[in-house]
Amino acid sequence: MNDTATARETSPYDGSTASAIRARGLVKHFGEVRAVDGIDLDVPRGMIFAILGPNGAGKTTLMRMLATLAKPDAGSASVMGHDLVGKPHEVRAAISMTGQFASLDEDLTGRENLGMLARLWGFRGRAARRRADELLDVFGLSEAATKQVKDYSGGMRRRLDIAASLIVTPGVLFLDEPTTGLDPKARQSVWVMIRDLAESGVTILLTTQYMDEADQLAERIAVIDHGRKIAEGTSRELKKATGSGFLHATVADPSRIDEAARILEARCASHVQRSVEGAQLSIVARTAHEANEALGALIAAGIEVVDFSMGTPSLDEVFFALTGGTGHAAGQAKGTEQGVRSGT
Amino acid sequence: MNAVASVATAPLKFVARPATPSAFSNALVFGWRAVLKFKHVPEQLFDLVMTPIMFTLLFTFVFGGALAGSPRDYLQFFLPGILVQTVVFNAVYSGMGLSTDLGKGLFDRFRSLPIWSLSPFAGLMVGDVLRHVIAGAIILVIGLLLGYQPEGGILGVLGAFVLLVAIGFGMGWVFIVLGLMIRTPTAVMTLGFAFLFPLVFASNIMVEPVTMPGWLRAFVDVNPVSLMTTAVRGLLKGSANFNEVAMALVAPVVLTVLLAPLTLWLYRRR
Repeated sequence: MNDTATARETSPYDGSTASAIRARGLVKHFGEVRAVDGIDLDVPRGMIFAILGPNGAGKTTLMRMLATLAKPDAGSASVMGHDLVGKPHEVRAAISMTGQFASLDEDLTGRENLGMLARLWGFRGRAARRRADELLDVFGLSEAATKQVKDYSGGMRRRLDIAASLIVTPGVLFLDEPTTGLDPKARQSVWVMIRDLAESGVTILLTTQYMDEADQLAERIAVIDHGRKIAEGTSRELKKATGSGFLHATVADPSRIDEAARILEARCASHVQRSVEGAQLSIVARTAHEANEALGALIAAGIEVVDFSMGTPSLDEVFFALTGGTGHAAGQAKGTEQGVRSGT
Repeated sequence: MNAVASVATAPLKFVARPATPSAFSNALVFGWRAVLKFKHVPEQLFDLVMTPIMFTLLFTFVFGGALAGSPRDYLQFFLPGILVQTVVFNAVYSGMGLSTDLGKGLFDRFRSLPIWSLSPFAGLMVGDVLRHVIAGAIILVIGLLLGYQPEGGILGVLGAFVLLVAIGFGMGWVFIVLGLMIRTPTAVMTLGFAFLFPLVFASNIMVEPVTMPGWLRAFVDVNPVSLMTTAVRGLLKGSANFNEVAMALVAPVVLTVLLAPLTLWLYRRR
């Protein structure tokens, strides 16, 4: 906390308690489709804020509008105190954006990419090279500095992409699905990086379709579906709305799955959700004791359980709860049980 | 492990923005990018010069005798035209490059930077100019080896190259606009060639239009590619007059005046 305070003192944006992002009624259509359909957003400075939603929910469009890449059809917004539509150049000077697809020149080396951007931000000659090398060092890419980006791995590319957004410390950093397509190790390293950045006082707005990512990183989460914000709050608040403990159980014999579902529903007094493949059952268990009882009942009935876990609700399950069971997000995202499995 | 550790321990300090660079300096950076591209992807030149080289050899040695009495006489007529053709077709590649960049999200990063909005295009233009000069020089050298004699001397050659660059610059806008409107680079190429083929072949590049039917000759005479070819031919021969050069510049100037603002509008609208 102390670190954060000192870092902010060196930032040109302090002293102000105004929102980093303040949006009112933002709308963007593409033809008939209302990709973003009236969204309000307030992101305080220095916060990691996640926009959670399935593919096609309007997350990217919302972010592109806030980063001046798309003009809103209605509504208004300000970023770091600058009006989005009236002062786009000032907004651009206060932000950085890392898009969903690597926004790098694949033919150039990592150092050349960063050097090019450093020059565009106003570093000259040697200072630009020095800034590029500093960032390569910070992001563990020094050894790959002279390799062409097309030879980088997915994780390296992502790190370079984020480094490219930090040539000058931005007021707001936009990260569009920063870990989509990364392996778990690369994902971890991006998470660490994002937390470090937030600690240095940068406001971070990220989109994700992974509940656990929002959970791990964000202080606040806005859940978006069909271009509308359907919920906002801390991860704890959202889970409370969903039911915090989910029991997932995979039954060995598929022919007994209906029987298993009935037993679980009887013990936990709520509705079972079935995975798309059909073998996994999920149900809200209010306590560990209740989950234990339910599993015990399955075993007592002679139903073999090949795998079970207690976990945070998956995005499906959050949506299920938030949308009152219409289940827009069905099949869009996988549940996350790693909190329990890794023993934390 | 290594990656996680180095990220976690390295200091991320606050870095303030240096003094705002000028629009010109922004444009230079993009020009520098074009030069780096040449360093890393020298193969791109191969695409540019292969077709003109084959055309030169085919027309000079296969058709040349029949068309002009001897291959040597035909080369003297044809080489300036093939230089114009090279430059005009080259312009297609910058449109393809732009379409590729847009598809990868690179331009999203550029557009989210506080820089002069047209500077990425200035960079494309620098790349184009380099391409035109390098490809033109290769074709000219091959022509010289085959026996072409630029009667206009060094000054004539320099003048012709300046005009060629101006032509390429003007034509470049057409493909930048296509690159901005069309998502796939190959579609840009196909459409570009479909547009350029009639312009290049229904011109005086390969033959004088005297034997063509009247309606076609009427088109060839006003075809901007013919006007460009006449001027480049004249400059290399040392016989060009002001009028010829001015007529050759009409199309590039008109295209620039019309399409540069359209480019900016399309780019900002995206």
